[in-house]
Amino acid sequence: MSSMNGWEVVIGLEIHAQLATKSKIFSGASTAFGAEPNVQACAVDLGLPGVLPVLNAEAVHMAALFGLAISAHVAPVSTFDRKNYFYPDLPKGYQISQLAQPIVSGGSVTITTGEGEKAVNKTINLTRAHLEEDAGKSLHEDFAGMTGIDLNRAGTPLIEIVSEPEMRSAAEAVAYARKVHAIVQYLGICDGNMQEGSFRVDANVSVRPKGETKLGTRTEIKNVNSFRFLERAIDYEITRQIELIEDGGTVQQQTRLYDPDKDETRMMRTKEAADDYRYFPDPDLLPVVIDQALLAEWKASLPELPDAKAARYQSEYGLSPYDAGVLTSARAIATYFEQTLNAMGSAADAKLCANWVTGALAAQLNKANLGIEQSPVTSDALAGLLLRVADNTLSNKLAKEVFDAMWAGEGDADSIIDTRGLKQITDSSAIEAMVDGILAANPDKVAEYRSGKDKLFGFFVGQVMKAAQGKANPQQLNEVLKARLGPSEGSS
Amino acid sequence: MSDYLQSLSHLRAGLDSGIFSARELTQYYLDRVSRFDGALNAFITKTPERALAAADEADQRLAAGERAPLLGIPYAHKDIFCTAGVRTTCASKMLGDWVAPYDATVHQKLNAAGAVLLGKTNMDEFAMGSSNENSAFGAVKNPWDHAAVPGGSSGGSAAAVAARLVPVATGTDTGGSIRQPAAYCGITGIKPTYGRVSRFGMIAYASSLDQGGVLAGSAEDCALMLQAMAGHDPRDSTSANQPVPDYVTELDQPLAGLRVGVPRQWFTAGLDSVVAARIETAIAELESMGAQRVDIDLPDAELALAAYYLIAPAEASSNLSRFDGVRFGYRCAEPRDLNDLYERSRSEGFGEEVQRRILIGTYALSAGYYDAFYGRAQKARRQIAANFEAAFRDCDVIAGPVAPTVAFDLGAHMSDPATMYLEDIYTIPVNLAGLPGMSVPVGFSGSRPVGMQLIGSPFTEGRLLAVAHQYQQRTDWHQQIPAAYREGAA
Repeated sequence: MSSMNGWEVVIGLEIHAQLATKSKIFSGASTAFGAEPNVQACAVDLGLPGVLPVLNAEAVHMAALFGLAISAHVAPVSTFDRKNYFYPDLPKGYQISQLAQPIVSGGSVTITTGEGEKAVNKTINLTRAHLEEDAGKSLHEDFAGMTGIDLNRAGTPLIEIVSEPEMRSAAEAVAYARKVHAIVQYLGICDGNMQEGSFRVDANVSVRPKGETKLGTRTEIKNVNSFRFLERAIDYEITRQIELIEDGGTVQQQTRLYDPDKDETRMMRTKEAADDYRYFPDPDLLPVVIDQALLAEWKASLPELPDAKAARYQSEYGLSPYDAGVLTSARAIATYFEQTLNAMGSAADAKLCANWVTGALAAQLNKANLGIEQSPVTSDALAGLLLRVADNTLSNKLAKEVFDAMWAGEGDADSIIDTRGLKQITDSSAIEAMVDGILAANPDKVAEYRSGKDKLFGFFVGQVMKAAQGKANPQQLNEVLKARLGPSEGSS
Repeated sequence: MSDYLQSLSHLRAGLDSGIFSARELTQYYLDRVSRFDGALNAFITKTPERALAAADEADQRLAAGERAPLLGIPYAHKDIFCTAGVRTTCASKMLGDWVAPYDATVHQKLNAAGAVLLGKTNMDEFAMGSSNENSAFGAVKNPWDHAAVPGGSSGGSAAAVAARLVPVATGTDTGGSIRQPAAYCGITGIKPTYGRVSRFGMIAYASSLDQGGVLAGSAEDCALMLQAMAGHDPRDSTSANQPVPDYVTELDQPLAGLRVGVPRQWFTAGLDSVVAARIETAIAELESMGAQRVDIDLPDAELALAAYYLIAPAEASSNLSRFDGVRFGYRCAEPRDLNDLYERSRSEGFGEEVQRRILIGTYALSAGYYDAFYGRAQKARRQIAANFEAAFRDCDVIAGPVAPTVAFDLGAHMSDPATMYLEDIYTIPVNLAGLPGMSVPVGFSGSRPVGMQLIGSPFTEGRLLAVAHQYQQRTDWHQQIPAAYREGAA
């Protein structure tokens, strides 16, 4: 492993986000994922002779929302160009995209790396975001010696979101990608499913000696379908480039594929001669004109976005920046959190709720590899549990036991408490009786405590809890014990 | 029936009064096609069974009392319009027997109007050419003189109408492909304003220039046919969302006070003197009917030619990329790999002129050349449009030649594409500016017809048709039928 010392890493990302329109960008065919090959491609998607594209207005709306969400310039007039190249999954022999006049230019997002006191905020600027159509898929593996073509995806609307090369580490790149991912999901313009390819991230990576102003030769990493792989792929590539240069080699401009099984990137093709896509304005489409009054309406319709929501969670609920960040990192998490809080009604306790959503629930979801939308414990069910914590029916420890039972499908919190007899003992006379019994059974320990060995306090708590089968209210237990034991001489 | 063959309105009267049925009328034209097309080669595909079935349907509608301008009227499509169930070849080996799974908007409209399709006509491959010699289905002959070309690219439609094998046909015009063959064949043709007729289902050559239109025996017939074809189409983003006027009613507009602009630059050394004389006579006729001649300037015709031969090939190079041997059309035998599949399918499937234009266009769009070629061509295009706009401040319509000469001999220009390209010098500027243009027969040079071009400002098809119609009330050039095809015709 080479040392990063003396090197600066430069990363820019190109993100292709499929827009969640019902139909394709230039035809009426459905965009639903997973259909039988080539059933969701109409004459327009197949590029049959004589067909013409008609722009889907919803795609324009969605791209504009993205621009508004990142405070970018949304062009009153943008145009479509043809990007010409031959490939079997590109039916027309050209892709309709936007080169000269993209719908969105500029804008920025704020990312946070590190936690707690080490947390650092950074603004990442965007170059542009433009509308384009997706190509079909080439299936190289399913047909021996041949390639299958599935054109269901052809014509699916995309926005290609291009960042400035302003990220300086894989962690920053992932934070940026996650933030963009959160924004498109908050806006409801992309389902964000990386496995199905709805949200695809390509990373341009180069390194240069610290202090150098000229950019190093970059490679482009493709085929990264999770944030974890993105981080690993970039880290691998940084190390590869630094080692290559330190060993006297030079980085070649290449497109590289990330192989998650081997955790390495490998060359897909060189880009020595720049591809000539012979871009020119698409004569089949008129310029996209966005009325300024409509744009103002769209701006007013923007939902609360992750940064604003996180700020509100801190000011309104007193949550830490870290918790607020985690809870707002995806729209589904924030929604779950807010629904849980709402379901708790007047007993709502944001900090308690935040602890559970980012703690026990997150841990279980992670272990089971589930999204929060698929959680077997619904927000209502979690609220039912937290109400019993808030009213002292359950200690945190018992609550965890109940939560695990709920996760296992044993029912709601109250019925599990009932069946398992987990109700906390809050009757003070019962607690006093148990304390008295333990003290009477351990006179020597009591004497040691009173003569200054105050650490024995924990021993008594443990003994009483054991007698109470863990159900004694810990706060009450502490109070009674302290009163019965009296002062420990060693404590001041 | 022979008393009713001279115009669509006569055919209409015959059908509506039951003097003959749509089936009889269709059979009459099918018989003429069988009899004459062997020599002419105007048709690529004939559809007699479908035609008779459509005619029977029209007869039922007529019997039920329905009356509509094109109900039961036979016609032919240039083989560039997609027709579900009937192959669409674009006169290319590349498409061969390809059958579109859908109808072009123009075809849908004509179907709905009850018109009866007799078949699909020959053309220059992918509409690239001015002689109809660039066809995988062989050259078309000029009915007036079998040694001459019919013009192109809508040469089959023009020849078929001139020989009275059909009363009316569709065409497309990217740089003169309706007007020039109409002129060479002595018939009337109209290329509407860009966007007036839907391009959906019309196989693209150069999308920003292509426009569907009509070839017919008279301006009135053009009006009737265009009426059915024109209109906004949500499936074509470039189609104009403008109401379609009643072209037939507008035919009666008198010429009194009409300012006819005559471009000085078009009557120069490059124009054949007989052609010039015939057009001057026709303009004098318009003046005698109350029009006022205004000499105008339309500079930059050579610039237009250069701009066209960059813009059209550039768009074509991209439009024709879809013909790659992968999904439809011609595929070479036993490709070794993907590049071999592309190279051989396209080299074997496309004819020489199509390949030439794809190469020119690819070059014009290449990195490093784009600004010098495509970029400057677009600038020239804006200049041409501005020239017309300036001219139309001084006149209402422009009158001039369609082409520098009458129909040339078959094979005359095949070895020299550049002289062939000059054929379009007066028609191309009109496409670049997106304006409506017509060709009206105004006499002969020897045995070969001369056409006069009329050009209007955007969406003034009604006025152009009226000028041509008024002229045709006073002249009979449009009623001339080539000797070899007179027998049995009106």
